[in-house]
Amino acid sequence: MTGEKTKKIRDPLFHIIKRGSIVWWKSALIRVSAVLIALIVVAIITLLITGQNPFEMYKAMVDGAIGNELRIWNLLQDTALLLVVGLALTLSFKMRFWNIGGQGQIIMGAVAATACMKFLPGKVPDFALYLIMIASALIAGGLWALIPGIFKAFLNTNETLFTLMMNYIALNFAAFLTFRWSKNSGNNVIGIINRKSHAGWFPEIGGSGFVGRNFLLNILIVFVIMLIVFVYLKYSKHGYEISVVGESEKTARYIGINVKKVIIRTVVISGAICGLAGLILVSGVHHTLTTDIEGGRGFTAIIVSWMAHFNPLYMALTSFLIVFLEKGAIQVASSPALNLDDNFANIVTGIIILFIIGCEFFINYKIVFRKRKGGVS
Amino acid sequence: MEQIPALELKNITKTFGSIVANKDVSLCAEKGEILAILGENGSGKTTLMNMISGIYYPDAGQIFINGKEVVITSPKDAFDNGIGMIHQHFKLVDVLTAAENIVLGLKGRFNLKSAVKEVSSIAKKYGFEIDPMKKIYEMSVSEKQTVEIIKVLYRNANILILDEPTAVLTPQETSKLFDVLRRMKDEGKTIIIITHKLHEVLSLSDRVAVLRKGEYICTIQTSEADESILTEAMVGKKVSLNIERVQPKDPVDRLIVKDLQCLNREGVPVLQDVSFSAKAGEILGIAGIAGSGQRELLEAIAGLQHISSGNITYIDPKTDKQENLRDKTPVQIRQLGVRLSFVPEDRLGMGLVGNMDIVDNMMLRSYGKGKSVFLKRKEPRDLANEIISSLEVVTPSASTPVRRLSGGNVQKVLVGREIASTPTVLMAAYPVRGLDINSSYMIYSLLNQQKANGVAVIFVGEDLDVLVELCDRIMVIGSGRIAGIVDGRKATKEQIGLLMTKNFKEPAEDDRTEDTN
Amino acid sequence: MFEAFLSKFVYVLTSSINNGMPVLFGATGEILTEKSGHLNLGIPGVMAVGGISGVIAAFFYGQVPEMNPFLTIIIPMLACLIGSLVMGLIYCFLTVTLRANQNVTGLALTTFGIGIGNFFGASIIKITHVDIPSVRIDATSKLFKSTLPFASKLGWFGEIFLSYRFLVYLGLIIAFIASFILFKTRIGLHLRAVGENPATADAAGINVNKYKYFATCIGSMIAGLGGFFYCIDKNGWSNDTIEPLGWIAIALVIFAIWKPHMAVVGAILFGLLLNLYDLIPALGLNIKFPQGYDKLFKMIPYIVTIIVLIITSARKKREYQPPSHLGLSYFREDR
Repeated sequence: MTGEKTKKIRDPLFHIIKRGSIVWWKSALIRVSAVLIALIVVAIITLLITGQNPFEMYKAMVDGAIGNELRIWNLLQDTALLLVVGLALTLSFKMRFWNIGGQGQIIMGAVAATACMKFLPGKVPDFALYLIMIASALIAGGLWALIPGIFKAFLNTNETLFTLMMNYIALNFAAFLTFRWSKNSGNNVIGIINRKSHAGWFPEIGGSGFVGRNFLLNILIVFVIMLIVFVYLKYSKHGYEISVVGESEKTARYIGINVKKVIIRTVVISGAICGLAGLILVSGVHHTLTTDIEGGRGFTAIIVSWMAHFNPLYMALTSFLIVFLEKGAIQVASSPALNLDDNFANIVTGIIILFIIGCEFFINYKIVFRKRKGGVS
Repeated sequence: MEQIPALELKNITKTFGSIVANKDVSLCAEKGEILAILGENGSGKTTLMNMISGIYYPDAGQIFINGKEVVITSPKDAFDNGIGMIHQHFKLVDVLTAAENIVLGLKGRFNLKSAVKEVSSIAKKYGFEIDPMKKIYEMSVSEKQTVEIIKVLYRNANILILDEPTAVLTPQETSKLFDVLRRMKDEGKTIIIITHKLHEVLSLSDRVAVLRKGEYICTIQTSEADESILTEAMVGKKVSLNIERVQPKDPVDRLIVKDLQCLNREGVPVLQDVSFSAKAGEILGIAGIAGSGQRELLEAIAGLQHISSGNITYIDPKTDKQENLRDKTPVQIRQLGVRLSFVPEDRLGMGLVGNMDIVDNMMLRSYGKGKSVFLKRKEPRDLANEIISSLEVVTPSASTPVRRLSGGNVQKVLVGREIASTPTVLMAAYPVRGLDINSSYMIYSLLNQQKANGVAVIFVGEDLDVLVELCDRIMVIGSGRIAGIVDGRKATKEQIGLLMTKNFKEPAEDDRTEDTN
Repeated sequence: MFEAFLSKFVYVLTSSINNGMPVLFGATGEILTEKSGHLNLGIPGVMAVGGISGVIAAFFYGQVPEMNPFLTIIIPMLACLIGSLVMGLIYCFLTVTLRANQNVTGLALTTFGIGIGNFFGASIIKITHVDIPSVRIDATSKLFKSTLPFASKLGWFGEIFLSYRFLVYLGLIIAFIASFILFKTRIGLHLRAVGENPATADAAGINVNKYKYFATCIGSMIAGLGGFFYCIDKNGWSNDTIEPLGWIAIALVIFAIWKPHMAVVGAILFGLLLNLYDLIPALGLNIKFPQGYDKLFKMIPYIVTIIVLIITSARKKREYQPPSHLGLSYFREDR
């Protein structure tokens, strides 16, 4: 009788439960396997498209990323540039404020820096120029984040959609300015600003024999920002408030934190650091303003930050991973043997990122297979 | 042969981890009767009913419908067997209309118009008032409940289970609901109503099944029952817990609450005319059915609940200066030098941050001290280690996220932190809920220590045995009002039980009509 | 005088409808997705893949000496649907089955999809060694662009109502059908319940994940058609032009307060706003903007969307809010 009854219950083959915790090596193993599987998938796809030997491709990839000294410096600089945006966004994410407006905030910082570089030299002393540039980039980025922040704090306006829209306003604003500021009006190219005087350019470090002279300062700045953000989040009272607000607004109110103030303050800092990233892009890297100067970092950094579980130090690692793949893939694509479009890199990184996103499931959840119950119930 | 019962449970057992929610429960409900399931909070009433309605699956035991054994693994199975449950927390989609919610999940041709018609005819048949096209978010609680009941009837349920249906209703709404339930009974439906209000049991039900601590006690014909019989069955014989209790020394007023009134979001009073004082060096117990305003009262004192009228006065132990705490934020209260500690009911959602480690949770109240922009983790770390060793918190280390600790250890961390700030007033809401015996006794002795130190302790509890052994005075609260304050040394459980279920309805009704006039 | 006004009006209206159409497809698809509680920020990527899949199919079929008109229409459309379906499935698998963060997954999908579009748009010839100078699908797009022959003979009435290619009508029909299904059928009711309160829907016996999968995948296919529509318009693929349309589509969802029939109105408005600068002379306005101001005009749709977003959040009217479970994954045991 009872035997019949238990049969009727559809016992699922497995069920999913949330993990309380996971030992570090297990989660590391899951992530590494995800990347490996992704690389295999990429290899298969490359094989299908091009008929190339995948091992040759990986060799080319490594070569593309770290094949010579210049490439290594480029790799490090791009890692830093992605990292700084990731750090900026992490401040918001820790508070569960989905700032996907990094793109707009970077662009506004870049616009502010460009404006200073273009119009101030000759009018203010050099060191003042730098100070004004830094201040204006911080303010421009911060302001661009302040607007959605205020509405989030007071009206609970959806910040994901708001910051997304702000990106395109900034982008079109930058497009407008690149047009207005372009040398031969109408070609949308501003060209290198202050090519001779180097006013507003970040100084080179080391002699002309040093390959990294144009890269080192950018990397160092980001390194310092990383340490500051790490300390800010982990050791400062502000950082503590961010965590409490992000984890539970109810607790925040219970201990008397002014939630609105924390939201606005944090979002502004987040935007300001994005603005700083814009400044580095203009003064330290490109020395001009283009509409694609942001290079998709606002979005990629979200993935970087999330993959690092919002830990600033891990983020250096995840940024490095993404940039390494991108650089390698670009090199592969442009190698004479394949002669593919640069966008191949986006496909490769896209696939790998999707695998990494998917593998988080196995870190957060556990699949438990039902044990076959004995005949006696 | 007797008539075959509409619903019969045999030897139902359900455990959650180490906690036994129901043990070997057997009972039955006849066709065309109203069966009340009576029991205190935590007696396993809701768990038992959830097994009939497909939310949980029993570990052991059998369920029979009209004499036939059935297996219920989902709410859908329950519906298919003609069982419908109206939960305390309504399962409705806010932005949809009543009619849309009622037909949600059904199969077959979709015709909202005919559904609306049918809803109206069901409503007419049983005497409900409902606008099928009204959106749920525009509805009052009682309207939402009506939707839930019709949803069940629409699915042709013959057995209706209502979980504390009157907890959220006004007296008029309650009496209307009872009329409807009686009409359903006359239609031959079986009604099971979970409650702990004795007067409702007596006025509505045909029979009463009593549960206590997860076990089935007895079934009584309502016609043969009265309040004292039911109370005794519900609370059981007095169990001696041997909780130490010393005479309070020098009990002076520390906190005086006067004519406090608080409203909920809908503007309905959740606290009314609450006046009492908490004295230094004594434990003031607050007894009452869950949701009678205990949480609001403590939050009002802590500065987390808006007070619509009345005052809360704090008397400083050193200076005797009086401070009015009304409409002050927690920070302002702290700045006044009032050392108020609060162990909230929602430990991980409010009192602690689950994803933070013990050290960081120690800082929650004190992190802002000092001018430095940086946190000082030394003191909290020392405190964490001290609490871990003195309260025997079982944890891998002080840097373990508190969400990974067991319930008892979480509570030790929380109470330990609140006590560490050497409070003058300590409020604790259900501090031993879900705790094992040893942890519970540790909490009792901590509260006693505080009392001995001259702290005014306010203890909100649910176990009457504990309240009568621990507290010096017991304030009984019901429907947001004070039903009485009794001496903890003289009070009996029955006395408190009766006060808890005291019917406020008549005076409340008078108030209401006065207000509207 | 009236004639002149009428002809201007007709011109502005018809061009706005044509310009707004890719965005309408995207928005209708995204509304279905969001109604199931999933914010798919991968829509730009989905539209790109839908577009490039159609273009590739059209390109290959275009090599056939004698093109059958029916196949010329159906092959690229099928390819487009399949391409965008695959994207939808990837998104679903990650966010529904694996419960990954929706924002992160969506953005990764956008990067991925745009990469695919740009890559194949540029390399299809290289990869396949076809001896053709550039990827043009003129013949196919000509067929897609053909309109009713007698429309022009019916004066302004024909211009306003009958002068469009069939994909425009398809887009409008899909939007209205989507509205009908969402608000007038049981399936729609269940879908809305899933996006609002999956736990309640689950308790009512609705298969939550099935609804999420179907809504997201069908939504992706509709959005993919938007990408294809755009490519037809441009006679082929053009790099980096679809992404902004994808974001506008997401903006339009907000503007339309999650109602596809409102998206139709919004799409025409956005079609106007997107090309407002170019339409100024057509509107008969004699305003001369300095060069470059067209860029500023392009901000307008986003600014309008932000204003709508703010107003709806300030009014707090429940009907105007996003589905309440939008962006959150559902795990039954999280109670």
